[in-house]
Amino acid sequence: MAEIKLMVDGLVKAFGPELPVLDGVSFAVAPGEFVSLVGPSGCGKSTLFNVIAGLEPPDGGRVLVEGDDATGRVDPFAYMPQQDLLFPWRTVIDNAALGLEVAGVRRREARERAAELFEPFGLAGFERAHPRELSGGMRQRAALLRTVVQDRPVLLLDEPFGALDSLTRTDMQTWLDEVRARYDWTVLMITHDVREAIYLSDRVVVLAPRPTSVHREIAVDLPRPRDLDMITSARFAELEAELLDALRRRGSNRVG
Amino acid sequence: MSKAVVVKLWPATLLVAAGLVLWQVLVTVSGVRPQVLPSPLRVVEQGWAFRAQIWTNTMPTLQVTAVGFAVSLVLGWTLAIAVDFSPWLRRALTPLFVASQALPIIVIAPLVIIWFGFGLLPKVLVIALVTFFPVAVGLIEGFAATDRQAINLLRSMGASRWKVFRYVRLPGAMPRFFTALRTGITYAVTGAIFAEYVGATAGLGIFMNQQKSSFRTDLVLAAVLVTVVLTVVLFTLTYLVERLTIPWSRHG
Repeated sequence: MAEIKLMVDGLVKAFGPELPVLDGVSFAVAPGEFVSLVGPSGCGKSTLFNVIAGLEPPDGGRVLVEGDDATGRVDPFAYMPQQDLLFPWRTVIDNAALGLEVAGVRRREARERAAELFEPFGLAGFERAHPRELSGGMRQRAALLRTVVQDRPVLLLDEPFGALDSLTRTDMQTWLDEVRARYDWTVLMITHDVREAIYLSDRVVVLAPRPTSVHREIAVDLPRPRDLDMITSARFAELEAELLDALRRRGSNRVG
Repeated sequence: MSKAVVVKLWPATLLVAAGLVLWQVLVTVSGVRPQVLPSPLRVVEQGWAFRAQIWTNTMPTLQVTAVGFAVSLVLGWTLAIAVDFSPWLRRALTPLFVASQALPIIVIAPLVIIWFGFGLLPKVLVIALVTFFPVAVGLIEGFAATDRQAINLLRSMGASRWKVFRYVRLPGAMPRFFTALRTGITYAVTGAIFAEYVGATAGLGIFMNQQKSSFRTDLVLAAVLVTVVLTVVLFTLTYLVERLTIPWSRHG
């Protein structure tokens, strides 16, 4: 891994002396790589994301994007929160174009740029619809569209499919794997779902319980493009066992 | 009128009708003098006979209500936005807002008339005083109720404080604003009547005061009926405006 797109270097963060959350988190993501972050719940994944995304300042450490210091900056990242947060007062296309509009792109042009992605995102024909008219899966795709259309170097996805039922979730995972290959995104994703992490990722970073640091990194050497049959393959099962083992080992260290 | 509206309205209509019938019967049977309690039929009859006089007194009241409520809206919005942007102002103004509602309006209104005379200004002040509070508080709480995650999303897009306000806090507060608007508007007409009652040259309030002095209880009640109709109409209008401005809201 010679080239590095995103470098997270020794991030430290505490909410007061009583609550250290990040205890020197370091890892790197290569261009076009899909990396998942997994960890026991409450380990500080969301705080880590907020610090990387520039929404909260770290107490120590740095974030580098393409070699430049990006600590505390929001502009290298497109952030997709857990809830879709599509606003009911905007049509789907205006929701999708929101990031561009906020960035100062004229509304008309922002809409045009967002409109180009409606077809590949399976949302064609719903441009003028309101978010409440969309199904759960469509809402997540619209939220992802709003994220990627900003054309930022790194995508940060915070449990993008956490709220979906398992069938829709599987559909979304296969779909995401397809579009990702087409657009060559660099993705960092938080997930609770070990299978989802393996299925979508090139590498999985396992976080330790709070105060968290990187416990292990597991490379997913399944061929790409992924397909649903792989889930039942022997290699997938091995990776899953390895990952669960890594999570469990650290989980048992937890105090309290 | 749609079927749904009829279904919604008929229980209230039925209740009012039953009350009126009971009232009419009581007055007829007991033989109470109309100066004490006129029958509903007499109220309507006399109200109709004096319709020109009631109408000329309704217009000033409506005008005062409109101007007063407009002032109240401007004041409420300005203060709510100021408070939303400045924590210092929030701490400074919130106690004052509450204090303004603790003022006994029945005592303050005559003083306002003494200070500012019989013109438009004192009435506008009284209406603004009683109605800006629900509007301002509705807006302030509406802005503050914005989802933390939504703010983070906007910030991740590079939004300034102003853009966060414009794209999320403001539209998100609109449903609460309309609820507050409805509360405010019901106070507005009564506020106008009250200000006029204390001192005015024309208006339903002063009309009621004069009729009361000449024991025309029937005409007092006829004027009351007009204020009730006015309030209900204004109240209904807020739903219309809401539907037009924020069709995405659940009422819409």
